[in-house]
Amino acid sequence: MSDLSDLYQELILDHNRKPRNFGPLAGANRSARGVNPLCGDKVTVHLHVEDDRVTGVSFEGTGCAISIASASVMTESLKARSCADAREMFERFHQMVAADNGGGIDGGGMGKLAAFAGVRDYPARVKCATLAWHTLRAALDGDDKAVSTE
Amino acid sequence: MRQVKTAEWKRPGEALDVANVREDFPILGESVHGKPLVYLDNAATAQKPRSVIERVARYYETENSNIHRGVHRLSEQATRAYEGARAAMRRFLNAAQDREIVFVRGATEAINLVARCYGGANLEPGDEVVISAMEHHSNIVPWQLICQEKGAVLRVIPVDDRGDVVMEAYHRLLGPRTRIVALPHVSNALGTVNPIKEMIADAHRAGILVLIDGAQGAPHAAVDVQDLDCDFYALSSHKLYGPTGVGVLYGKAGLLEAMPPYQGGGDMILTVSFEATEYNDLPYKFEAGTPNIAGVIGLGAAVEYLTGLGIETVAAHEDRVLAYAVERLTRVPGLRLIGTPARRASLVSFIFGDVHAHDIGTILDQEGIAVRTGHHCAMPVMDRFGVPATVRASFACYNTEAEVDVLAEGLERVRRLFDGV
Repeated sequence: MSDLSDLYQELILDHNRKPRNFGPLAGANRSARGVNPLCGDKVTVHLHVEDDRVTGVSFEGTGCAISIASASVMTESLKARSCADAREMFERFHQMVAADNGGGIDGGGMGKLAAFAGVRDYPARVKCATLAWHTLRAALDGDDKAVSTE
Repeated sequence: MRQVKTAEWKRPGEALDVANVREDFPILGESVHGKPLVYLDNAATAQKPRSVIERVARYYETENSNIHRGVHRLSEQATRAYEGARAAMRRFLNAAQDREIVFVRGATEAINLVARCYGGANLEPGDEVVISAMEHHSNIVPWQLICQEKGAVLRVIPVDDRGDVVMEAYHRLLGPRTRIVALPHVSNALGTVNPIKEMIADAHRAGILVLIDGAQGAPHAAVDVQDLDCDFYALSSHKLYGPTGVGVLYGKAGLLEAMPPYQGGGDMILTVSFEATEYNDLPYKFEAGTPNIAGVIGLGAAVEYLTGLGIETVAAHEDRVLAYAVERLTRVPGLRLIGTPARRASLVSFIFGDVHAHDIGTILDQEGIAVRTGHHCAMPVMDRFGVPATVRASFACYNTEAEVDVLAEGLERVRRLFDGV
């Protein structure tokens, strides 16, 4: 069993205390809502997409440290990325934290997102870490129906 | 093997011998993350005493067969055990007759049955159903569904800042169009014990039926359905130290008789032809298909176990641990209780600084402590108190004050990790 400090790394605690890009986004042209019905976590991701590129991103919502920090780090990682890059990051992040994918990847080359690799040892918390990412994908798809982790 | 204590052995007023009780529950010997299990999630489901586990195994090993149909020996034995559990539950609730005890899948199904069968047959457009603002979703959604179908209106009794129903508002809601009131005996999110006897009498004076959701009530208080005079009482086996997948609907015989069946199938009929079907008598009219025989027999053993300890003795013990928990947790800086009702049973709900309940739950789990975190299937309660989620510690007959101390120490670990709280 991994130590709790592998899960609650300083980077995660810091982003939970001071979420980046938190709040509405002026000029947003894509938004999606995500909920985790099991725990009541809610997140809304706002995007400004121009020429297939994420030129602005923010999020709002309530949740645990893992879900808030994940959303916060996600927004930092997305800026100026192409939509295709953003989708690929979703896939890589998902592989990193989901334990049931045959070991996944170690987070190498993922920058700050690698801080969430410890989540894979806490299966009950994987949905916390991925809620914002699922919501991001819905926003990229232009899907305005609330996405659910269930 | 230890024998299950019987009621005769218990002297009145004797305190519960918790060390002995703990030996009856094999799972309490388990370790979690290398720490002794501290199980404080009893409102979600209670652990099972050895007598229940062994009774279920004995059924499968020596009695397994279908009930109410075989003429062979095993079927007779299984039928006797199944109906014996019904009689045990009748005594436990002090119902007047065995046929007023209907076995279903859980408290949720019991409520759905009443909403569908009583509500379906009796609600007219514009009629009203009254529930409270402290309901579990299982006492909200079934009523919403039938109200939508029938054009009836769901009315909600408000809850005050302490977590008690506002009685004046309740009285105002009881109107000429009110057909049924559905209330929780004990709130699963706040721990509030509602004054149900008084509320039932208030409704009856207006000629209104009352269903009590007893999922959190029956494990923690002696329930006398005749004294309460409730029309329906719903409970779950698994919160009462019995197996999952079984629940009980108590209903007054006259009401159950007048209600249409819930599901069609075997066992609920007397005669079937393609032209017409004659339904079976109570309670079988509501028990279509092969029921959860092992589960019901296990529930019978659970009731026997709890009766052996004495429900009043258990309640007194739980109240003592609960009072200690309230006092101890109130002294934890940064901790805020959600719900400070006039009468509380079995559980405390709280928030801790601005640390989210899930993070607290994960950290406590590392200490071997099992608590529930989240909205407890009571989202309107969370909205009412302006919190997204709470941590809930809920107690059973085997919990101790020492376990409350372990919980309080675990919260100090949360404080250290989250830098202050």
